Amino acid sequence: MTTPHHHHDTLLYLDGVSVSFDGFRALNALSLVLERGEMRAVIGPNGAGKTTMMDVITGKTRPDTGRVVFGKDTDLTRLDEPAIADLGIGRKFQKPTVFEPHTVWDNLLLALAGDRRPRFTLWARQSSEESDRIEAILKTIRLGDHRGRRAGDLSHGQKQWLEIGMLLAQEPHLLLVDEPVAGMTDAETEQTAELLREINGTRSVVVVEHDMAFVRALGVKVTVLHEGSVLSEGSIDHVSNDPRVIEVYLGR
Amino acid sequence: MSMRLCLLAVLGGAILLSVLNLAVPPASALHVPTYAISLAGKYLSYALLAVAVDLVWGFGGILSLGHAAFFALGGYAMGMYLMRQIGTRGVYGNAILPDFMVFLNYKELPLTWYGFDNAGYAILMVLLVPGVLALIFGWLAFRSRVSGVYLSIITQALTYALLLAFFRNDMGFGGNNGLTDFKDMFGIPLQADATRCGLLIATAVFLSGALLLARYVVTSRFGKVLIAVRDTESRTRFLGYRPERYKLFVWVLSAVMAGIGGALYVPQVGIINPGEFSPANSIESVIWVAVGGRGTLVGAVLGAVLVNFGKTVFTGALPELWLFALGALFILVTLLLPGGIMGLIGRPARRPKNVTPAAEPAE
Repeated sequence: MTTPHHHHDTLLYLDGVSVSFDGFRALNALSLVLERGEMRAVIGPNGAGKTTMMDVITGKTRPDTGRVVFGKDTDLTRLDEPAIADLGIGRKFQKPTVFEPHTVWDNLLLALAGDRRPRFTLWARQSSEESDRIEAILKTIRLGDHRGRRAGDLSHGQKQWLEIGMLLAQEPHLLLVDEPVAGMTDAETEQTAELLREINGTRSVVVVEHDMAFVRALGVKVTVLHEGSVLSEGSIDHVSNDPRVIEVYLGR
Repeated sequence: MSMRLCLLAVLGGAILLSVLNLAVPPASALHVPTYAISLAGKYLSYALLAVAVDLVWGFGGILSLGHAAFFALGGYAMGMYLMRQIGTRGVYGNAILPDFMVFLNYKELPLTWYGFDNAGYAILMVLLVPGVLALIFGWLAFRSRVSGVYLSIITQALTYALLLAFFRNDMGFGGNNGLTDFKDMFGIPLQADATRCGLLIATAVFLSGALLLARYVVTSRFGKVLIAVRDTESRTRFLGYRPERYKLFVWVLSAVMAGIGGALYVPQVGIINPGEFSPANSIESVIWVAVGGRGTLVGAVLGAVLVNFGKTVFTGALPELWLFALGALFILVTLLLPGGIMGLIGRPARRPKNVTPAAEPAE
């Protein structure tokens, strides 16, 4: 068997990652491989380590042991959040975090891929290319009519979409999406699944979600986490018939 | 009150007062006495400090409780220049050494005083000393992600440490008496009415420049990032921004502004002493901004001028009650007027909503 990280189509490889907080093992020798272009759903009960996994990938938390390899050979555990964002990893948080005092348009403008240094942003003028990109994203996230609104005044679902739009604006290779449909109506949930599939056309996506109907609607490979490591992996039907999964998660 | 109206009031007010001082005979009811000119100049110097505080607090979320330190350092740099301008006219008639050094048996000028006989060098120091201190302090603090109340506490410690240091005679900055008895500035007698008016107008011009610069910064894309950092710092990191760089830039800019304020303050009040470093001064400057309206720039000017005018009136009548009045004012504003006076007047139509003070309750 070849080791996964030598596989040239691997985008992200978590290799035996462990993280402890005050004796609590949030991640326990977690290993996970994501192919380029893949969409993966990650499920698991509370405390299974889903958010910690996101924190490790995005540089917020440094693992005690293990490696996180992105692309060919970049070890993410040596980089901080802005450097990882710069490599093309975008993250959407569980609780929608948009820049509330700014307009929808400005939120997208700040997220657009580009020079992040103060010496650039101090003099930056919005280019027509930037406006075109923002227009295109507004269309994708269906917020065209709300461009001038204060992001803080949007509905919960609209904020979630705006945040997904901000992710798109970053033009990442990999999107990490934490509970995108939490608190959404059924119609919004459906639209979000559609949106994520659309995004997955050009980018790799990891979705952490509780909503089983939503995961089923995505129709992608599922990884079940439990106590900081992988309990089961495969299609939704495969994992939902796995007796270990039923016991720790679905059976409750 | 818009930015334009504020600039008009500051510049027009300074010119009008100067005309009423210089061109109207003292016997006339319209005459403005010279002490009032200097008082107005003092208010505007404080307004410059307030704009500096608002820039970091209102837009960067950095609550500095030590900003008067930068103001005082700029003031000391100017004071040292004014001391060296006295020359042989001092009590001891020493051409090189200021009076306090002769009194303390200094044989030669300390290294720190070299070059301060040159106006250009002194002006450079007015900018550099607060700027470099802010750069070092900010680099250490922001890189280590020190923020919130911890940052406020260390800014307070910074100004307190400087207070203690400047009180010492062997620091060579005049000890607790500070620097005073200035004679002239750029070769012009400081006590002349025209000089006083010139200083007031110069302060108005610098304040206007600071306001325009600050407004450019906060409305630029840089400013939008800064406001994003103020409200959700970690989110900006995941977008690839380095908040510490944004904070550091605005922090140093603000410190230099405060320093210029101090440099304009000293020739108009005629003295600078370590008391200017006292933590209470820094806290007062935060109160001016809170009263005027945090994150509005114009509110900082309004708050600084109104509170200090109130202080002048109040301390004249009931000096021992001033601190209680100031404390009560701060509590009232915090409880009843989170947007300050600017919030009361209502947000001007042209001002983008992205300057909503963070103190407002979330919906």
